[in-house]
Amino acid sequence: MDILVYLIPVSLLLGLVGLAGFLWALRSRQYEDLDGAAARILFDDQPRKESPK
Amino acid sequence: MSLIGRTAPLAPAGVSAASCAHCGGRLAPGQARFCCTGCEGAHGLVAGLGLDAFYRRQETEAGTLRPETAAPATDLAPFASAEPDGVQRLDLVVSGLTCGACVWLVEQALAAEPDVLSARAALATRRLSVTWRGEAARANDLAGLLARLGFRTAPWSPACLRATEDAEGRALTRALGIAFFGSMNVMLVSVAVWVGGDMGEATRHGLHWLAALIGLPVVLVAGMPFYRSAWAALRAGRPSMDMAVSLGVLATAAMSLSETWTNGPYTYFDGATALIALLLAGRVLDRAARRRARQSVAELLALQEGVVTRLLPDGRSEAVPAEAIAAGERVLVAAGERLRLDGVSDDATLLDAAATTGESLPRAFAAADTLPAGAVNMGAAFTMTISAAAKDGSLAAMARLLERAEQAKGRFVALADRASRIYVPVAHAVAAATFLLWWGVLDAPWQVALVNAVCVLLITCPCALALAVPAVQVVAVGALFRRGVLVTSATALERLAGADHAVLDKTGTLTEGRPVLLPEGQDDTVLARAAGLARASRHPLAQALARACPEAPLVQGVREVAGQGLEAGAARLGSLAFLGLPASSDGMTLAFREGDAAPVLFRFADRMREDAPEAVAALAALGLKAELLSGDGKGAVAALAWQAGIADWRAGADPLDKQARIAALMAQGRHPLMVGDGINDAAALAAAHVSASPAGATDLAQTAADLMLQREGLAMLPAAVRIARRAQAIARQNIGFSVVYNVLAVPLAVAGLVTPLIAALVMASSSIIVVMNALRAGKD
Repeated sequence: MDILVYLIPVSLLLGLVGLAGFLWALRSRQYEDLDGAAARILFDDQPRKESPK
Repeated sequence: MSLIGRTAPLAPAGVSAASCAHCGGRLAPGQARFCCTGCEGAHGLVAGLGLDAFYRRQETEAGTLRPETAAPATDLAPFASAEPDGVQRLDLVVSGLTCGACVWLVEQALAAEPDVLSARAALATRRLSVTWRGEAARANDLAGLLARLGFRTAPWSPACLRATEDAEGRALTRALGIAFFGSMNVMLVSVAVWVGGDMGEATRHGLHWLAALIGLPVVLVAGMPFYRSAWAALRAGRPSMDMAVSLGVLATAAMSLSETWTNGPYTYFDGATALIALLLAGRVLDRAARRRARQSVAELLALQEGVVTRLLPDGRSEAVPAEAIAAGERVLVAAGERLRLDGVSDDATLLDAAATTGESLPRAFAAADTLPAGAVNMGAAFTMTISAAAKDGSLAAMARLLERAEQAKGRFVALADRASRIYVPVAHAVAAATFLLWWGVLDAPWQVALVNAVCVLLITCPCALALAVPAVQVVAVGALFRRGVLVTSATALERLAGADHAVLDKTGTLTEGRPVLLPEGQDDTVLARAAGLARASRHPLAQALARACPEAPLVQGVREVAGQGLEAGAARLGSLAFLGLPASSDGMTLAFREGDAAPVLFRFADRMREDAPEAVAALAALGLKAELLSGDGKGAVAALAWQAGIADWRAGADPLDKQARIAALMAQGRHPLMVGDGINDAAALAAAHVSASPAGATDLAQTAADLMLQREGLAMLPAAVRIARRAQAIARQNIGFSVVYNVLAVPLAVAGLVTPLIAALVMASSSIIVVMNALRAGKD
């Protein structure tokens, strides 16, 4: 069972990375316009001026 | 988000034989590709920019993108804010922005302008941020470009921001993320303990501590929304569902910690964290649905907000918000503009006061007459002297009346609250009894008694009960949203389900609320010619004429004689006096003459909505007997009541009468549904058991109403009642179901037979069944 000493911290660390990613996405307002972001990816077939946010 | 969904397209996207190539609206016979010249122009504009891809992915509802005949000219230049290096920035709320393709079209069309630096639109908030280098006045050109494409714009107001900025919603989402992370990881450890019966003592103790290490912070952090609300309820002395949740979760966590300490067989951290995650999921969904409705309301209100034209002493004029005007100042009221302030007219004028008094015919006012705020100028542009600033005016007085009416209505106790008032004390009593039973009667050690008592709390923790009503609400509110009905208040659906009487306003509710051309056999070519001329004017009657014949091309070289009519070459369109005919009595007639031909008269009237009798009958079939309550004269009200099939009517009711009638009905124990659109209906709307306002209602009525119908007509009202009743029935079923579940599971807990595995199974299965049942609520 010694393997647990490595596996549990590794699994927890991976989970925490996911959580940190979620919190970062939330903070950078990526959850504000879910429908718009989903639709926008379908277009953009011509160069367009990028918005400074 | 897909549960709440976007508005479903009614017409297939793209070009089909019977729909307009730009807006998708129905084509009249004889039209080849476009329903009106505006759409033709918009299509040309889109094609010219090379953005045809829009039509392949367009998902807007038919007709929403039809460009207005004459766009209301709000001066946007003052709303642009200057940034360093001569860059201007403007935030707009864009109406009609309902699909991803629209977002793309708006962004691309603006980006194609050479001086535009960036354009970014958000679909969820309908907010467009555009920056450009140059003059602030370019704002109007950019808004004009969007108007030609069919998108109406308004300055982004603080109200929009309040509706969008949802700090609490973000906190809930954050808590949900943390709770899911925690429950999954604790579950990983717990499953090992459940199945690892041959596990060594030391390993199990280690796993317990690991579960506590993850579970405790998660319970403390992610549960905060519940603890806060429970604390508020506790101080107010009302038992709430959140109190039961908080107590259950915290007691379970504390008991698990003590089990961890003593290395007991099981800990219950998985149950506590999973409970929090499930409840938060319900709450986040609920909030998302409500937020969408709030945003739509804010968008509608922003489109109504406008500026007034202040006349300066030196003869110049400037556009300022209505709040900035003080008593004694003079303002210019353009043709077709709505008065935003009370005042005294400087000239004779013709006003449509339907929104304030319910009269269906415009009234003539002499110079020095007092003019009511909220009326629409049907005549020529005129100047008026303001008698009261916005905060002291009649609109503000009406808003105060509305506030009082809302307070008098008292707090409606929602079904979920009623259930929890009984449920919570019972659950806690059973838990206490369990402890006494084990400790006092069976002489078990107090630790065992406590574990069993907490298990009762965990099992009875109203997971299904807390999801029972919100899940139904989310589905029903989403279904109504797709049908164009916005639900703005949390308990509106429940109240709508209980309505047993309908009180309808006349002007603007049962009728269109704007002049419509009466078909009197005018020649089609003459009509098209006159409509082409009328297109050049913003006068309400001219606009009504243009609407009657939308495919008429705009006539070039039209000259407007203010207050009288339009002239283009030998053709004249205008008031009867303008053509040298005897004047009409009501001011609702236009005359048209081309050269020496005989003059043709166009008469207008406020027409009943086509679906009104049907809606009244459908409401009656649902047990809501309709009654007509109007500020208009007896004759008009009686005639319309007969047409619409309403037996019971009252005429000449002022705002206080309307409110008093609602109060009388409520005193009789009835539950009236009030439907109205005017400023004069607002107080009655606020006082009624439940209220709705139709499309195009005044902002005051929209704020007061619980439901807003976004599509023209009343057809959706009976459907909304049906959906609300169905939702209510399902919510009751759900509550009944969770009570049954508890009745079966609680004896197990009292007997001390509940392991964390059983708790998890009970919790998950009951929640899933409740949610599945709730999904049925969306059907009509």
